[in-house]
Amino acid sequence: MQYIPNILFVIALVAGVGYFAKNIRKVIRNIRLGKDVDRTDNKNERLGNMVRIALGQSKMVRRPIAGILHILVYLGFIIINIEMLEIIIDGIIGTHRVFSFLGGFYDFLIGTFELLAITVLAVVIIFWVRRNVIKIKRFWSAEMKGWPKSDGDLILYFEMVLMTLFLVMNAADLQLQQLGAAHYVEAGAYPVSQYIAPFFEGMSTAALIMVERTAWWLHILGILVFLNYLYFSKHLHILLAFPNTYYADLKPKGQMDNLASVTKEVMLMMDPEADPFAAPAEEESDADPEKFGASDVLDLNWVQLLNSYTCTECGRCTSECPANQTGKKLSPRKIMMDTRDRLQEVGANIDKNGSFVDDGKQLLNDYITTEELWACTSCNACVEACPVSISPLSIILDMRRYLVMEQSAAPTDLNNMMSNIENNGAPWPFNQMDRLNWSQE
Amino acid sequence: MSETVKVPTMAEYMAEGKKPEVLFWVGCAGSFDDRAKKITKAFVKLLHNANVDFAVLGTEESCTGDPAKRAGNEFLFQMQAVTNIEVLNAYEIKKVVTACPHCFNTLKNEYPALGGAYEVMHHTQFLKSLLDEGRLRVQGGKFKGKRITFHDPCYLGRANNVYEAPRELLQKLEVELVEMKRAKRNGLCCGAGGAQMFKEPEPGQKDVNIERTEDALQTKPEIIAAGCPFCNTMMTDGVKNKEKEDSIEVLDVAEMIANAQDL
Ligand code: SF4
Ligand code: SF4
Repeated sequence: MQYIPNILFVIALVAGVGYFAKNIRKVIRNIRLGKDVDRTDNKNERLGNMVRIALGQSKMVRRPIAGILHILVYLGFIIINIEMLEIIIDGIIGTHRVFSFLGGFYDFLIGTFELLAITVLAVVIIFWVRRNVIKIKRFWSAEMKGWPKSDGDLILYFEMVLMTLFLVMNAADLQLQQLGAAHYVEAGAYPVSQYIAPFFEGMSTAALIMVERTAWWLHILGILVFLNYLYFSKHLHILLAFPNTYYADLKPKGQMDNLASVTKEVMLMMDPEADPFAAPAEEESDADPEKFGASDVLDLNWVQLLNSYTCTECGRCTSECPANQTGKKLSPRKIMMDTRDRLQEVGANIDKNGSFVDDGKQLLNDYITTEELWACTSCNACVEACPVSISPLSIILDMRRYLVMEQSAAPTDLNNMMSNIENNGAPWPFNQMDRLNWSQE
Repeated sequence: MSETVKVPTMAEYMAEGKKPEVLFWVGCAGSFDDRAKKITKAFVKLLHNANVDFAVLGTEESCTGDPAKRAGNEFLFQMQAVTNIEVLNAYEIKKVVTACPHCFNTLKNEYPALGGAYEVMHHTQFLKSLLDEGRLRVQGGKFKGKRITFHDPCYLGRANNVYEAPRELLQKLEVELVEMKRAKRNGLCCGAGGAQMFKEPEPGQKDVNIERTEDALQTKPEIIAAGCPFCNTMMTDGVKNKEKEDSIEVLDVAEMIANAQDL
């Protein structure tokens, strides 16, 4: 009988971590559905970016208020989680505050955790106010209706509850310590919960133990639930921000990749030796002709897919986007959210059928409309603004490529521009032979 | 231009068995657009004035393919690129300067992988280097003390991290440089990039160039300085839309330097 709590704890822990691991494997599998792109170069620069941007939050603080508040929550969460180690050991072997032998250092740790916990609680409340009372515009745009809105709030509620439980647990513990209850060694410093403890004045030891145990259990179960919540939430960014900043494009932002499949064809056309009437080589005629651009998530590369899972829906990109600011439908954040939603749908399809079975849907039109795609000025404001180095622009460009090269579906004006370039080497109908006329005028 | 200025072509240089110090890539706007041609001429005057040995491709130049690429037509882009690279490599070009940030970006970043690797400079960078070498004199002249704001072209600024060269040149003109609330890496697009220049905007509440012109007007400028022929058009249209064309000029940095010297 006496081992029941330990057994329940181990079951909860294994189930919680196991289910999370299963879903993370799914995320990794889905990301790997993307096309290959080589990001193995410049390891040091990549590492540096990861340390600065993800670990050091350097792009977050470009908006100082949100940035500094975010750093407080981020630090708080990471450091308080050191406490998890003690909770897990206590839970498995049935000790209580197993690290209390550390003495003064333990006091320092617990004291710090408490101060961080109250800070996190305060900041999370400010975040909630920013979203729901001040109603900062970027949290209320069209794509933030429904789940994304609830998701943003739920994360805040989770954190509020977890921090409160942590402090209540400590307060009850402190009260028990002062009563000299068996098992409750006098250890730790409680700079915050000492002010909660007086509320428990006069409660019996048994009742206090109930409070302490309940808070302890809810806290650890809450953390396991939160861990599993990540997979369904934009909060996945707390993990993926690291690989995402590592694998981000290092080239100048203006440089767009040259499609290798196109280069092959262009070189062939330009090669005076090539015989245009020659039969295609044997192996080429079997393979499907390569598709240009992207109409669905499987046409994107794995970094673009990783981007979509990393997006934290903060909307900094959209709030800087010239198209969005002037009322166009385009929102770079929505591009990322749509990509993730579609990828999840494709992933579920694979889970069900073993491999992807055509569901009559695709990213283009069913999620992202051509009106959105054609509104982009390729200004890179979204890329510059993103605190975790996501490029919505690269997806927009790949989808335009599909529209133009596979579907010839560019707006008429653009078709005119392109035929001008093709015929006279300028986007306007001027003759190439007149290119130097300006010098005579 | 009242008097014609001698603009040598690569073909002429080749015929004489000579090679210029730098190739001036004029670009489509610089060759054909009436407003942009003025920028081209101003820049050529500065090149002459600094005794720069330069040449243009003239009728052998063709669109870099930038608008086609940004519209999604990678095929057309690469056809243009490969054709241009053939010409550039045949003349053994090493260094290119251009007054168009779109040409600049494409030549500098996207041509190398297709076989065209050159040292490419934006004209503000090139003018800055002439200044540093003491070959070009930049003086305030008629712009001294004027209130001026500089609009960062996306393809010069965010795309390639060039923010200082144009500003340093303006500073030399002894102007009062006032930054817009969104400047440098936070600068707002003029609305022309990504092939938008060549199409009608999607439905919305406002045109991007109006939004950007409002940013500029907030600084109460006498002149809006630009470094891109497309931005120039967009901002000029914006100023007209606000009926401010009598009090506010939109000028390229090169034009300002040339005008300051009464070239
Ligand atoms: S690149 Fe396109 S999507 Fe990104 S901010 Fe500029 S216009 Fe918006
Ligand atoms: S793409 Fe980046 S900036 Fe945009 S919402 Fe996602 S995380 Fe925020």
